[in-house]
Amino acid sequence: MDFQLSDEHRMVQQMVREFAEREIRPVIKEHDRAQKPIPWLFERMAALGLLGICIPVKYGGAGMDYISLGLACEELERVDSSLRVVMSVHVALNSLSLLQWGTEEQKRRYLVPQAKGERIAAYALTEPGAGSDAAAIRTTARRQGDVYILNGEKTWISLADLADHFLVIAKTDPEKGHRGMSAFIVERSFPGVKTGTIHGKLGVRAGNTGWIVFENTPVPVENRLGEEGEGFYIAMAALDNGRYTVAAGATGLIRACLEASVKYANERMTFGRRIGEHQLVQEMIAKMAASYEIARLLYLRAGWMKNMGMRNTRETSLAKWFATEAAVQAALDAIQIHGAYGYSDEYDVERYLRNAKGEVIYEGTSQIHTILQAEYALGYRKDRPLRCELPAYDPELWRAEPAMA
Amino acid sequence: MHIVVPIKQTPDTTAALTVDASGRISWGDAPLIVNPWDEFAIEESLRLKEKFGGKVTVITLGPESAKEALKQAVAMGCDEAILLHDPAFEGSDAVVTAAILAAAIRKLGAVDLVFMGKESVDGNSAQVPPALARRLGWPLLAYVGKIREVDPAGRTIVVERILEEGRQVVRAPLPAVLSAMQMNEPRYPSFMGIRKAARMQIQVWNAADLGLSPEQVGAAASAARWPAVFAPPRQEVQCEFIQGESPEEIARLLVDRLLAEKVL
Repeated sequence: MDFQLSDEHRMVQQMVREFAEREIRPVIKEHDRAQKPIPWLFERMAALGLLGICIPVKYGGAGMDYISLGLACEELERVDSSLRVVMSVHVALNSLSLLQWGTEEQKRRYLVPQAKGERIAAYALTEPGAGSDAAAIRTTARRQGDVYILNGEKTWISLADLADHFLVIAKTDPEKGHRGMSAFIVERSFPGVKTGTIHGKLGVRAGNTGWIVFENTPVPVENRLGEEGEGFYIAMAALDNGRYTVAAGATGLIRACLEASVKYANERMTFGRRIGEHQLVQEMIAKMAASYEIARLLYLRAGWMKNMGMRNTRETSLAKWFATEAAVQAALDAIQIHGAYGYSDEYDVERYLRNAKGEVIYEGTSQIHTILQAEYALGYRKDRPLRCELPAYDPELWRAEPAMA
Repeated sequence: MHIVVPIKQTPDTTAALTVDASGRISWGDAPLIVNPWDEFAIEESLRLKEKFGGKVTVITLGPESAKEALKQAVAMGCDEAILLHDPAFEGSDAVVTAAILAAAIRKLGAVDLVFMGKESVDGNSAQVPPALARRLGWPLLAYVGKIREVDPAGRTIVVERILEEGRQVVRAPLPAVLSAMQMNEPRYPSFMGIRKAARMQIQVWNAADLGLSPEQVGAAASAARWPAVFAPPRQEVQCEFIQGESPEEIARLLVDRLLAEKVL
């Protein structure tokens, strides 16, 4: 057992931390207030290699491991959740699904430009009438010769208005419930694709969230990811990766709350003492410190399991559930410690709370994760092997240069 | 071109320094970083390499743990890294430090340029660059704000030095020793660089490797003495809000106050 980060991991952490501190921290508040994404964000993240961090070099990525993905998410969300959302959607939910299920041709055509950050990718499962109950989606994909015709509406899609590629889950056989779902790679440029932005969100206000409508959108058969009828499994496997990034990000949010609270508690005086010397403030700080450590260990274990090629649905769910619930509590307590100042946007902690609240809703509500954990513990739920598992991290393979054509 | 960048591992600029009764300085468990002034020199050297080819070698005098600073420089794009480490080096002052660096640079063979930060954020003496130039017998171009031109074939360099009175344009023959001001935006390490740095076995040169005897290095060889080390007295800061009916009135009251305090 080794609880130390490697030199490589430490340097990744340091690099991402510096980027977020130096370039994002100074501007994030105004973008959050204005509900406007940072226009140069993708370009900068691409230049640093973040948009393909754990994708093999031969597919245009940076060739780092899954733990590096987690560490990057922690550092990004320590500054703002909207940065980590990009990693969740573009890298984890979409690009890793292509790595896991895609054909060589699909990887060459879609994964490579995504990993290089030349194209931005999103993930479209949720619908107006289907969130936690993913099998209740109503978007249809009807096969007509060499194409599928997509019709339906997706909502609460992160990066809906900015992405070039969408991983869309639709019903190919509506009679068959979750076994009648399939996954498709849809380009924005395909006919009948319309998107829009949702305004007025409580949090992640510097991030783009929106809706997508497909009106008789023809999708070539070769853009189907996996087999027909495999869509539900692909969607759930994608969530094992997306939830991992949310867990790691929420851990960063807890750390942000802890750092802000410690700083403030050491400065602010009441009754002739620093408020950090008051035991009821100490209780809140102690809980934040504990939940940070627990959340961190949980996500790093999930990342290690991914590196080893072990199934981690249960462990990732636990990490996501714990970290996001703890993030909400940490943000509430951080505001409490900051008193009236924390209640205003002069300080960052109110933003942390607004951002944390979304995390106990998306990528599996806390209620879904509670049930999952109970079912695993009770022996009601067992994970069956998938036709395509997320490939274990192999440094040689990940770093191999593409063969010259 | 072969550029050598001597760097120093320093406490983070936000570290809180304390001095105990015996004059020992501590920065607690604050993170250690590459001296920020050296980062400008690293960045500028990498740009020169990208333009003219060649390599950048980064060296540091310090403990084993200073390898981390070297790895950071390699992750940014430096090609080679050497740690100068020997228990005998401990306590070396700026002049002796320069002598050790000079011995290492000579051992490296053909070097066109030595580029370092103008000073370190912990010691702040700014003495090592001139002492090093003197030891090597090369021209010193201190406080460089811009490199105007480099002619590797003609073996000359033209830089702008930032002086208190303005900017001074200087032409010098190569090899030369340069010290950097804030002259660029240092790059982040790349993932490829991080992978290279993590794998790299960093060479360690001790006094014997450099042909230096124990008497020539360390505290014994150093002329500088520190008879007393103490923390500067805390400055009491008082905040006063100037209030008034209009901006004009506030400005007038502020000017009056500044005149009264002899600030203006």
